[in-house]
Amino acid sequence: MSSILVLVEHRQGAIRDVTFEMLTAARKLAAPAGGKVEAVLFGDGCDAMLPGLQSQADRVVYAAGPAFKDFNYESYQKALVKLVAERKPSAVLIANSAFGTDLGPSLAVALNAGLVSDAVAFTKADSGFSVSRGMYAGKLVADWSVGSEPAVIMVRQSNFKPEPASLSGEVVRWEAGDVVSGGKTKFLSLEEVPTTGIDITKATIVVGIGRGIKEAKNMPLVQEFAKEIGAVLAASRPVVDAGWLPKEVQVGSSGKTIKPKLYIALGISGAFQHIAGMKGADTIIAVNKDPKAPIFSVAHYGIVDDLHKVIPVLRTKIKELAS
Amino acid sequence: MEIAVCLKRVPDTAEADVKVDATGKDIVRDKLASTINEADNYALEEALLAKEKHSANVTLVSVGSQPSEEVLRMGMAKGATAAARIDDAGLGGSDSIALAGVLAAWFKGKSFDLIVCGAIASDDGNSQVGPALAELLGLPHAAYVTKLDIQAGKVVVKRELEGGFLDVKELALPCVVTIQTGGNTPRYASIMGIKRAGAKAIEQAASVKPDSRTQLVRVYVPQVVSAAQMFEGTTDEKATKLATLLKEKGAV
Ligand SMILES: Cc1cc2nc3c(=O)[nH]c(=O)nc-3n(C[C@H](O)[C@H](O)[C@H](O)COP(=O)(O)OP(=O)(O)OC[C@H]3O[C@@H](n4cnc5c(N)ncnc54)[C@H](O)[C@@H]3O)c2cc1C
Ligand SMILES: Nc1ncnc2c1ncn2[C@@H]1O[C@H](COP(=O)(O)O)[C@@H](O)[C@H]1O
Repeated sequence: MSSILVLVEHRQGAIRDVTFEMLTAARKLAAPAGGKVEAVLFGDGCDAMLPGLQSQADRVVYAAGPAFKDFNYESYQKALVKLVAERKPSAVLIANSAFGTDLGPSLAVALNAGLVSDAVAFTKADSGFSVSRGMYAGKLVADWSVGSEPAVIMVRQSNFKPEPASLSGEVVRWEAGDVVSGGKTKFLSLEEVPTTGIDITKATIVVGIGRGIKEAKNMPLVQEFAKEIGAVLAASRPVVDAGWLPKEVQVGSSGKTIKPKLYIALGISGAFQHIAGMKGADTIIAVNKDPKAPIFSVAHYGIVDDLHKVIPVLRTKIKELAS
Repeated sequence: MEIAVCLKRVPDTAEADVKVDATGKDIVRDKLASTINEADNYALEEALLAKEKHSANVTLVSVGSQPSEEVLRMGMAKGATAAARIDDAGLGGSDSIALAGVLAAWFKGKSFDLIVCGAIASDDGNSQVGPALAELLGLPHAAYVTKLDIQAGKVVVKRELEGGFLDVKELALPCVVTIQTGGNTPRYASIMGIKRAGAKAIEQAASVKPDSRTQLVRVYVPQVVSAAQMFEGTTDEKATKLATLLKEKGAV
């Protein structure tokens, strides 16, 4: 194996966690095959990020310049095509994030490379790589083989555990040159979705509701239940998409990350985007009518049943206990 | 203005017991209902809103077997102008970039101002087709869009990032956008619309030979390693145990 390039994902001056997750995974992949891990940092004035990367990689390729001031898949893609042609890596790792999804597929096309997105495990095969990923919202795993190099692998966030390392990778300052000028897209701004009322990150007890709630008319049931146990009501994405609860109470990768003492998941399947936002809760209780729902893999306590039956009975039992 | 929407018909597995078939590479589908992919429903709505605002034509395209025409008809019932089905014979086992290639071959020579895809297919979960299609057609793209504003010669989009941020950017037309769920409220088809759509013709196209750089080896049901303590018994018994636990945890 030659090298594994890991694209450093950063936003607003900070390296995102997924970068260190990818670097850890890349070291495990490269070490037995004698490959090198190269962190690729594109940015404008990101020198402060270098030491943190040097300890994690055999080399840090740093391209600086105004073309990389804000994330823009076009500049990143053109620069990566040039870099890959020069360094001939065995694999390019990119986060399976909103940035990475804008970049990975078109990069793979531009490189005429095999791509596997949302990768949760990968190993070196005799030729190329073997990559596992989820399908059907986590109900299945699919193993893919990428026979050609470089393989472009988009790595699921919060999947690999980042580990410390004590390498001292050399910094290579690299010029992308004029390939990065003249794109058809333009960055305008980064907006933060405002929190207007409820801050679910501050709550001690959170009741999370999912698509299992079925209809808007079932909302009062869980609203009252939450109130009775002193909990704040939160939700999975589909409930927010449907407009039943505001965006600011969405738990998950594109919502909030919460660490309450108690999280009660009602009718939530446990897609990884949801789990990413609540797995840090001290105690997780899940009610789901599907015994195979992935939510049970992170729950501490579980009930397999219809939530519309369980909650009314539960409310009665709670009233009995309270009096 | 000419807008195209890529629609995928997917099995509805949210509440189903998903089983692997004899090939070991696909699921058993005969007992599953199928629907339009969730994100595509939002993509279609975005196109229909643009149709009303900018008097555009909306053409739907789906790669799939004959039943995919159901989602195309549903889209026409909601107000799309025309639809095409590219038959998926010979596409078994091909990857999403190959599928993007099949779509790209159909799009070549046609001139759409805007191509709208879903952000992600609920079955394969790839999030690849839109951006890959754009690159194959030499067009700019934006993925995970929740807000789309069509202006003269360009679109301004808001892309959803992790943790409650939006990436606001501008793209020159023609371009490809992939729509994430939640940015609009998909409409229902009217009875009249459904009647009218039933009579409309659907263009039939054949697929080009797919070119996959990756191979599916196998699919399997993951072992759910659950350390959860499961409360068993009748609903009443389970609720009693849960109430006791909630009391222990200080919620009662
Ligand atoms: C880029 C991206 C970002 C995303 N970000 C997020 C995010 O931040 N947060 C998030 O939550 N999702 C997010 N998602 C969506 C995620 O992939 C899932 O689609 C979503 O989490 C599913 O929500 P759900 O569990 O409520 O619904 P489903 O997956 O439809 O599950 C519903 C569950 O309810 C159960 N159920 C049904 N009826 C009953 C009943 N009567 N009693 C008990 N149980 C019942 C079913 O068995 C099923 O397990 C994101 C997706 C993408 C592509
Ligand atoms: N067979 C198909 N026919 C038409 N469009 C498709 C097909 N497969 C995927 N797409 C489009 O590409 C999007 C993303 O799919 P994927 O990359 O598979 O997650 C979908 O939301 C659709 O808009």
